[in-house]
Amino acid sequence: MRRAGGTAVPLWHGDASLHGVDAVVLPGGFSYGDYLRCGAIARFAPVMTELIPAARAGLPVLGICNGFQILCEAHLLPGALTRNEGRRFLNRVVQISIETVDTAWTSEYSAGQQITVVLKSGEGRYVADQRTLAGLTASGQVLARYAGPNPNGSAVGIAGVRNAVGNVAGLMPHPEHAIDALTGPSADGLGFFASALHAVAAG
Amino acid sequence: MSATRQDTVADAAATPDRPQPYAELGLTGEEYDRVIGLLGRRPTDAELAIYSVMWSEHCSYKSSRRHLRQFAEKAPRTDVLLAGMGQNAGVVDIGQGFAVTFKIESHNHPSYVEPFQGAATGVGGIVRDILAMGARPVAVLDALRFGAADAPDTGRVLPGVVAGISFYGNCLGLPNIGGELAFDPCYAGNPLVNALCVGVLRHADLKLAAATGPGNKVVLFGSRTGPDGIGGASVLASASFGGSGEGAKRPSVQVGDPFMEKLLVECCLELYAAGLVVGIQDLGAAGVACATTELAAGGGTGMRVSLDAVPLRDASLGPAEILMSESQERMMAVVEPGGLRRFMQICAKWDVQATVIGEVTGTGRLEMSWHGARVVDIPPASAADDGPVYDRPASRPPGQDRLAADDPAALPRPGGGAELRAALLQLVSSADAADKTWVTEQYDSYVRGDTVLASPHDAGLLRIDEATNLGVALATDGNGRFCQLDPYAGTQLALAEAYRNVAATGARPLAVTNCLNFGSPEDPAVMWQFTEAVRGLADGCLALGTPVTGGNVSFYNQTGGSPIYPTPVVGVLGVHADVRSRLPSASGVAGASLLLLGTTRLELGGSLWAHIAHGHLGGRPPAVDLAAEQALAGLLAAAAAGRLLLAAHDLSDGGLAVALAEYCAVGQVGCRVELPGDPFTLLFSESAARALVAVRPASEGAFAAACAAAGVPATVLGSTGGTALRVSGLFEIEVAELTAARLATLPALFG
Repeated sequence: MRRAGGTAVPLWHGDASLHGVDAVVLPGGFSYGDYLRCGAIARFAPVMTELIPAARAGLPVLGICNGFQILCEAHLLPGALTRNEGRRFLNRVVQISIETVDTAWTSEYSAGQQITVVLKSGEGRYVADQRTLAGLTASGQVLARYAGPNPNGSAVGIAGVRNAVGNVAGLMPHPEHAIDALTGPSADGLGFFASALHAVAAG
Repeated sequence: MSATRQDTVADAAATPDRPQPYAELGLTGEEYDRVIGLLGRRPTDAELAIYSVMWSEHCSYKSSRRHLRQFAEKAPRTDVLLAGMGQNAGVVDIGQGFAVTFKIESHNHPSYVEPFQGAATGVGGIVRDILAMGARPVAVLDALRFGAADAPDTGRVLPGVVAGISFYGNCLGLPNIGGELAFDPCYAGNPLVNALCVGVLRHADLKLAAATGPGNKVVLFGSRTGPDGIGGASVLASASFGGSGEGAKRPSVQVGDPFMEKLLVECCLELYAAGLVVGIQDLGAAGVACATTELAAGGGTGMRVSLDAVPLRDASLGPAEILMSESQERMMAVVEPGGLRRFMQICAKWDVQATVIGEVTGTGRLEMSWHGARVVDIPPASAADDGPVYDRPASRPPGQDRLAADDPAALPRPGGGAELRAALLQLVSSADAADKTWVTEQYDSYVRGDTVLASPHDAGLLRIDEATNLGVALATDGNGRFCQLDPYAGTQLALAEAYRNVAATGARPLAVTNCLNFGSPEDPAVMWQFTEAVRGLADGCLALGTPVTGGNVSFYNQTGGSPIYPTPVVGVLGVHADVRSRLPSASGVAGASLLLLGTTRLELGGSLWAHIAHGHLGGRPPAVDLAAEQALAGLLAAAAAGRLLLAAHDLSDGGLAVALAEYCAVGQVGCRVELPGDPFTLLFSESAARALVAVRPASEGAFAAACAAAGVPATVLGSTGGTALRVSGLFEIEVAELTAARLATLPALFG
């Protein structure tokens, strides 16, 4: 966010306040250790009691990796994330194609644009029932797909999804590790954060 | 030692002849008598527990201590060391007010018994060592050695170890930026799992393990104490496997909780920043026993502890068990009474349980009570510093000359192009030289966002300061085959390789840590190997100007009477003035000149070729030339800073053959090279002090001048480009074929 020109404000899990921020990124990690299903406990964190209604009211929210898992557990996004097909943690540079640019987080990209990012997760396999999957595709709610071989067995190669409105998005790979070629595989990920700043400025 | 029976100091005085299980706890009769002499009475059960763990090989270094002194005696003159040997980890000044602390430690025995938890808690332990110095842990590396890659037990141990490191390190949010993976049947019953952690601090934040200021409170915080690994590391690591009747010495390995460790890290860093910590110690092997004695001994003070106050996960534990428990994710701090309230508030914020269990006294005694009675009353230094020190007999094994005489020069060598091609493919598809992605893909190398280089590059490179691009590079290396042939030279070769790997990124090597993995010190042949290795490392560090800042000794790596090859693993840390000028190990750019730096001799002793092609180990390891290593390192640093190179790759296992294959596979670029001399020697010899470099187009002249100025021989081999590795007049291999051969091996073995 800082690299994209925004001001980052840390939010504390135990503090039921969003402190007036304009957008929220739920980062990756291992919330509460994730010894239970990933994100299953974090969804009940005090800060989520403010975040869930705010997201329903239009606040731009991006969940990355564990953040994506939390958004699914919180039912802000459809589907769920389960153990990788290979049953091992996977840290791999992947290409994803941005499927929809009609969101608060992807407006800086062009539809179908392929970007290079890092995928690093043990439970990154996106699953949903057939009707949901069909609905996601039909309504343009697939945010991104893996462009190369499917790395973790995700349903129809889904790397990220968005809600119907487009303010809430979840992405399994990590755009924040692709903001500088010095420390990542590309700088392609900056677009997510630049998009949100645009959305906030326009909103 | 049950909870119901209290053996008090008064009991001990009243019943001097009561038999005690000192032998079961690993103390010899002489050591037990020494305890009685120190105390003037028999120890209580709780005291016996303290002495048994503190005087174990693992904690006391009793067989190695007199040899390790050389690291201090021969230390090169340096002004970069802020804290050296003896502290939890050495601290090195890297300039601009920053310091780094780094250390490598073994978790070999637990990782064989229970690979997943053994390796996981190995990461946790070394991270707490770094945390205890006042530093924020920022990365880990793992040096792993297993039995033959295709042995069934390796299929049990390796996946578990890798998954354990992945589980713990990833959850903790520490990037894994490098390390090693090697195989040899000698490690079949004794895998080596060595974990290195590096941390960053400002000079002013350095913490030392000392309990000072009588009246200050002693706080135990983190996880509750349970019956984990009682006698685990300390007793387990001090007795070799095999033989009968040792079942009682194989207690359960500790279980790790990486999320608690993450909370503990953040909690400690906030406590440090608030200035609330007078002294701090992590709880590792020997738990509360070690932390209390070392803090009290370090401060030259006394300490009064109520063992009843220790929060327990199992209420049936008695004092000796509480003292010996190796429950993970615990720290002990000394806190001024005025700061205690704030200390507790910060712990509560991080959901870290914290309990005052005692206070610092001026008595010079470590006193502990349990259910109202005194169960420990000892001078703390007697357990922490005055343990037995052995001058174990060491003698050069009689087979050593025969081994040296078995010269691999007599082995049949590949002749024409087709045979050389096949030999190269055989090496690069061996588990030792194959692509390690199957392992490294399970580790998060990106987290924290400051990783500039990680596997498969020669060294890990981290950015330390975003404003100035200051960074540090780290590499670990060891070569058991070289050390088996000659432990003195082999250890120097390990040091030279790690030094060269760090230099290959363009960093300036600064300091050394080591993990000395050996068989039983009670075997004079092993002891000879050990003394030679220590002497070699101390002499090598003096010559290279890189002080040893700390490390770890792991003895008893043997099954029955068969020790592992002597395997000192050396970690080298370097400073990078500007990480933007880092050199990767390969570049995809076509049209760059490829040069071989250094001198190649016919040196096949202990080589990967002799090992893979012939299963042969004999002769002499490659010659050590530390002056040449220094010249090469200086050249690489200057060339990186001057932006003359695209890439640099150290030559080690498998020589130029493996280095060229790795260059092509990592860079996904072909090359055409001409070998000026005997192709076999040039391809497969493992002469030290060499590197393969790709020169930035238009910088050829400047780089040639730099080589000449540094006195480093440089041979133009050819240039990059095309889709194949082409060796003129001999053979060619498509990069796709090389890549596939390297990639296929580990997945075929481990799924």
